[in-house]
Parts: sequence; structure tokens; C-alpha cells
Amino acid sequence: MSTGPSLRARFYATRPISRDNLVPENAALGLIAFSSPNDPEPSLRIEDGRIVELDGKAEADFDLLDEFIARRGIDLAVAQEAMALDDVAFARVLVDGATPRGAVTRLAAGMTPAKLARVLALLAPVELLSAMQKMRVRRTPSIQAHVTNRVDHPLLLAADAASAVALGFRELETTVPLLRDAPLNAVALLVGGQVPAPGALTQCAVEERLELELGMRGLTTYAETVSVYGTEQVFVDGDDTPWSKAFLASCYASRGLKMRFTSGSGAECLMGATEGCSMLYLEARCLAVTRAAGSQGTQNGGIDGVNVAGSVPDGMREVIAENLLAMMHDLESCTGNDTLMSSSDIRRTAHTLPLLLAGSDFLFSGFGSIPAYDNAFGPSNFNAEDIDDYLVVQRDWGFEGVLRPQSDADLLPLRRRAVEALRAVLDELDLARFSDADAEAVVQAHGSLDVPALDPHLVPDAADQLMQRGLTALDVVRALAVRGFEVEAERVLDMLRQRLYGDYLQTSAIFTEDMRVLSALSDPNDYAGPGTGYRMSAERRVETGAVRQVWAPATLVAEQNEHSGCLELRELGPAARGTRPDEVVVGLSPAFAHTIWLSLSGLTVAEVLRQVLAGIEEEGASARLVQVRRTLDVGAIGSTASRLAGSGIGIGLQAKGTALIHRSDLPPLGNLELFSIAPRVTRELYRGLGRNAARYARSAEPEPLFLAESSEPLGPNYHARVVALVALERGSVVAGEPLEMEAAWPS
Amino acid sequence: MAQLKPSYPLAESDAGDALTSSGRRVTEITLAAVVRGEIGPGDIRISPDVLRQQADFAEEGGNPQLADNLRRGAELVAFSDEDLLELYESLRPGRSSALELEQLADRLEAGGAALCAALVREARGAYVRRGLAV
Repeated sequence: MSTGPSLRARFYATRPISRDNLVPENAALGLIAFSSPNDPEPSLRIEDGRIVELDGKAEADFDLLDEFIARRGIDLAVAQEAMALDDVAFARVLVDGATPRGAVTRLAAGMTPAKLARVLALLAPVELLSAMQKMRVRRTPSIQAHVTNRVDHPLLLAADAASAVALGFRELETTVPLLRDAPLNAVALLVGGQVPAPGALTQCAVEERLELELGMRGLTTYAETVSVYGTEQVFVDGDDTPWSKAFLASCYASRGLKMRFTSGSGAECLMGATEGCSMLYLEARCLAVTRAAGSQGTQNGGIDGVNVAGSVPDGMREVIAENLLAMMHDLESCTGNDTLMSSSDIRRTAHTLPLLLAGSDFLFSGFGSIPAYDNAFGPSNFNAEDIDDYLVVQRDWGFEGVLRPQSDADLLPLRRRAVEALRAVLDELDLARFSDADAEAVVQAHGSLDVPALDPHLVPDAADQLMQRGLTALDVVRALAVRGFEVEAERVLDMLRQRLYGDYLQTSAIFTEDMRVLSALSDPNDYAGPGTGYRMSAERRVETGAVRQVWAPATLVAEQNEHSGCLELRELGPAARGTRPDEVVVGLSPAFAHTIWLSLSGLTVAEVLRQVLAGIEEEGASARLVQVRRTLDVGAIGSTASRLAGSGIGIGLQAKGTALIHRSDLPPLGNLELFSIAPRVTRELYRGLGRNAARYARSAEPEPLFLAESSEPLGPNYHARVVALVALERGSVVAGEPLEMEAAWPS
Repeated sequence: MAQLKPSYPLAESDAGDALTSSGRRVTEITLAAVVRGEIGPGDIRISPDVLRQQADFAEEGGNPQLADNLRRGAELVAFSDEDLLELYESLRPGRSSALELEQLADRLEAGGAALCAALVREARGAYVRRGLAV
């Protein structure tokens, strides 16, 4: 008896999912999604208009977060009503489509973090999604891209920013492998991102202070990496306090710049200071701080810690719950999906799909629009490699995934324009020069591995110059204009003008491609059950439908025409029943060698028929051909053929390649042998089918015929052709008896 | 002509009237003016009035915390980029003593930033209680 794992166990060990690292729940380490035994009981005590107890803690014991939330984060006017509400009753209000979102946000504003975490723990997955559909702030969903590369190649960043906007991304986020490069990366996105259409927002995620400075200079148009954490220890380890973050938020506001905070479960575990609390409770504290600080929105849902959340039971449900909680706080929700969360394609898709169906303000806080290897944040959960899959899934479900298919013809001119525009700016400002060969390689490239290496000093030196000389977006605008890029100059300038109006400081603000601002105030989510809320327009449905994989019926016509005439059939008159006992009749379908010339396997109908007849002949039987006209059903064709055969054995042959052996005493839809998987039938198998038919006729033992093993999907590859070929067969069906035929194979 | 109440979005309802912090009209920020070198960084800075207007919109929309943030932002418009970076730095943990935080609040107050000063005083109390500032 063998010891060690079975072949089955060894096989499972090789599956990608086996590389994922899961852990048992451990409340002491904070490795628990919902409801840790250490989470406090919800409580709120108000004396003289001041909160003196919050979630079981007296005022004197408040840590930084408690105090900040107590002073600024809770609406005292509704707090008593909200805290007295039964958890289940509030959960029902939350999920019920007919209760407007305003009723939920009003109550949530008066609830403590522990109360909100406890309510959300009650919801089943689909309840979370139903609530989310109603609770996101903006009616129209949007999406953010990561645009980075491993070498900070500025021209490639500009080209990829243009590609991203062409695909439909409305926020672009970059970061750097090398901090010194940051200003140049910001300029590359600022310029490239305005090439296909106006209004995409751009940011450069770096250390808080530099990020603010880039924004002040107009080189970025929003900021996101304003991190908050759920315990005091981690908050301070992150070198901030709720007050410094609130001040930072006001600094951004003072320059008319959009900004959002970021948090997400798992961060506290990674920093080793969870106080033994659940991930959702700590995130509820982060979100209360975010709202209290006056941030218009947040990026949350795991983010860098998603793999920690993913390692515990219910982790993905927790991640969705924290996204929903952000929405309940009336915060713009930029909902993660920006970190590769599994080695398994099934599992990483299962993480993201529910959110896509429910919708959020930004479905991804970074879809990797560039190849996974170029993502300076680390691979996103979806990357450039997955864009076509994403577009097809969007088409399958009809959810608003915000992206649209783009061909080379769409993208290459935009990439070229972006590259030339940035090249002109860097030249005009005397920052860096690039060769034509560099530029053209970038236009054509999929990623940084496809472009010639840059001088390693070029980018950091140019970025240093940009900072030292105090260059701003106004210099970029001027350079674009004097070098003939007036359209882009105007668009970058318009992004500067927009910060003077401040409209995009409101919650969930984005610009459409015609520079209308969509926000909580101008495009509020009005979902209130079926028939309400955001729905895809007819034009948008057409746009999402036109994916690269849609098969053009003209392809079929062309490939059939190419083989037209490969077999000549001549009618000899009505078919009669034969008398020879060794006679096999081959019944051809109505379109066989009339309108269909190429079968699904890639063999012509001439070759299929030649092999079948050769097989019959090899076994010493005789063959007759008839064409059946009144049915396309291969069983009925074979049955008809068998009843005309002297031996009682017939073969049914459809032009698309489906074939069977029939015997006259079987019911019409029965058969002796069937090749139903036409795309995989080979010459040898058709020949074997002919031989076996002859053996049945002679009452000899047939040989076993098996298709080669394969687990390739057939339906997705062939169904469009099958439907088209069946339509051709159907078009050839006429009333009338079978005809005796003679075949010739032109050379 | 009757004064129209500003409505959101300002860019669509009130375009000609919005002023930047330098007192220029937004509509004067043209490409030609930029190329001629007539537009400086002060011309592309949002004005306190516009921020306060947006704060009112946020308040009416049910988000008093966002409104507060925008009002604090309005107070900070007049501070230079360098000042803001320095003020932010001073508020980070362990950077300032209780006394320095009090002086910071005074400086903000003197610069017309009363809401920001209150934020810093609140921080000072919490920092002292939690041992982040002595």
C-alpha cells in the first residue's frame, strides 16, 4: 500500500488557491472580521450637550480617536434617537429599497462606531449589496486607474494616462518607485490625461507633505493618500493625529483641491496594534474620524490590508461592509479592489464582482490600467491583462462598469499625441529631451519592458529641476500652448480654473467629458427600488456591447466563400430504397455543399465526405449518397438514410460536421454512434465512422472511436458559428423527398 | 437687477462673477493671458468667499463637517504654501510642545483663522492628555 498523499491531494496542492495563506480567527491579534469579543458595547452618554461616554469609555479615558469623534463626528440632534434604535430595525431600514438613503444617513450620523459595526455584522451578502445600491452617494458610478511604471518613464506614463482616459477612467493615480521622480510623474499624468477628453482628475500618491506641495503647484488635481487608522497607536505610528489630518484636509480645501482620506481593514493588524478589536469595528472608527475631519470621501475596502482581511473567515463580506459604511457616512466611496488579493483567478474575481454589481462612486481605487509588472503600487486586483475580461463581464451583466472597448485605431493616435505633448513640454521647459525612437517605442508599447532604457539620471534630474525652479501648472500650460498643443493647454488650464469655483470640493465630485461636475449635489443617488436610480442609457449599452470578442457574421461568410465549390453534388433524381445487403447510405444535410462548405473542425465538407466514403470502402461495403431536404436534424437525416439503405445502416452528416450512424429499426432520434462535438472530429475519426458503419452493415464488431482528451471550452469558442451555420441549414430546408446524389471532387 | 442667489455648481450658474483670491475674475484666466505671462500663482488660488459659499452648499446638503472643513480652508487661503506645510508639520505627533501649540493657535487667530485656531487648541488638549505634547 502506498503512503503519502494521493494523486488527488497532490493535484490540489498545485492549484493556485493553495498558494493563498489563510489563518484561523484570532481575536487577540485582531484577526477577526466582525464582532470580536473585545469590541466595546455600543454606548453614548451626553451631558449638557457634550459627549461624556462613547462606546463604553468615559471621557477621561478617551484616546485621540474617541475624543475627535466625540467632539466632531456625531450629530447630537439625532444621537439619542439613533442609539436607541434596535439593531435589526435599523438594518432593515438600511436594506429596504423603498426607504430613501437620506433616512439612513440621518440616523447613521448619530451612531457610534460600535453601534454601526454591530448593525452591519447582521447583514447577509446580498443584503449588503442591496443597501449599497441605494447608499452610494453619486448616482453615476465612476472608476479610477493606476497609471505607473517600474522605471518612472514619463513618456510612457503620458501615453498610458491617455489610454486610461480613452478607456473611460475618470481618476488617474500614480506613484513612484523613486520619490525624487514624483513631480515628473505628476506632470506626465496631468498632460497625458487631458489628451483624449477633458476633465480626468490626476494624483500622485507620495508622502503627505510632498503630495500637498504637488497639489499646491497645480501638478495634481486631487489627493487621496491621506491615511487614517483605527487605533491610536497605529495612527501615531503613521506620524499623524486626527487633528493633523483634519488640518491637512483644510490645506487642500484652501487651494481648491479635491481630497479624500484612506483607510481599510487589516492595516492595524499589519502594524501590530489592534487592541484585539474586529476589523469592521476599527474601520468604523476610521470612517467616523474621516467624516469628523470633514473629508468629502474615503478610499477603503481592505486596500493594502485586503490580504489580511482575506485571510480570515468572512473577510470579503467585511470588506464590502466597510465600503457600505463609508456610504452611510455620506462619504464618497472609492472602493478598493486595488490590491491583488489571491493567486486564484476565481477568488480574486469573487472579491470584486459583488461590488461591481452593486456599484459605488469609484468601483476601483485603482484598476491597474498598466501591466501588473509595471504597477508601482504592486499588482492591482484587476490589471491591464484583465481589461478585456472586465469589458466582457460588464457586457454580460449590464452593470455600469464605466469602461469602454478601445482598438488600436482609437488608442494609437491618442498615445502619440500624449507622448508628443509631454515631450514638447519637457523640451520647452528645458527639463528633458527624448529621441524619436524613444517616443515611437512608447506609442507602441504594452509596458515598460517594451521601451528602450532611459539614462538613469534623466528623470530624477528633470524632477529636481522642476521643483527647484518652482515650476507650476501654469508653466505647463504655457509650454503646451507655445508648442502648438492649444487643446491640451486649454484643458489643463480648465482644471486650474475649476479649482477656483470649488465645485469639485463637494462630495463625490467628478467631471464628465464635457466638464459638467457630477457630485452629491448635482447627481445625487436617487435609487428607491426597481425602476429608479442610475440605469445605463441605450447609447452606453451599445458602447459596452462592442467588445473585441464579438464575432462578425461577415467572418463566417468569408470563410465559407473561400471553400465554395470544393465539392460538386449532382442530383440523380428521387432516392429509392436500395436492395444490396452491404449498402450504407450517407445522408447529407440540406445545406451540405450548397451554402456550407467548411465544417466546424476546419475540414471542408469535401474532405469530411471523402473520409467517410473511404472508410466504408475500406471495409468492403458499398455506399450511396442522398441529400435530405426537409429536416436539418442529424438524427432524422441518419434515420432517413438508414431506411433507404439495403443494409438498414445509414450515416447522417450535417454540413457543420456533426455525424452519426443510424439503423432503420431505431427510433428517428436514436443512433448507434454519434460525433456530437463537431469542432473536435478529425479526418481519422470520420474515416473510422465510415468503417464502423460498414461493419454494422456486415454485422461485424465496430472499433471504438474516442475523441482526443481535452478540457478546452467548446461552447464559448464555437457557439456563434454553430448558430450561424444552423441558420444556413434552416434556410436550405425545403419540402420534398430525399434526392439521390453523385459527388465529384474538383482538383 | 436683482441679485441672484448663487447656486451649485458655481461654474455653471455664476461663471462671470466668481473671483479668485487675487481679485481677478475666473473668466479672465484665459490661455492668451497665461501665455503673455499675466497670470500668476495668486490668480489661480480659490478665494475665501467661494470656499464659504461651497461650505454653505455642503451644509445645506447635510454635511456640517465638510462645511467646517471648507470654512477652515477659507481661513487658510491667505497663508503661503510654505506656511501651510510648516503648520501641518507642527501638528504632527511629537513635533510641538503644549506651549508651541498654543502659540500656533494664537498665530492662526491673528491671521484671521479662528476655526483653525480652535482646531489646534482642541488638539493641544488631547495631545497633552495622551502624552503627545508636554
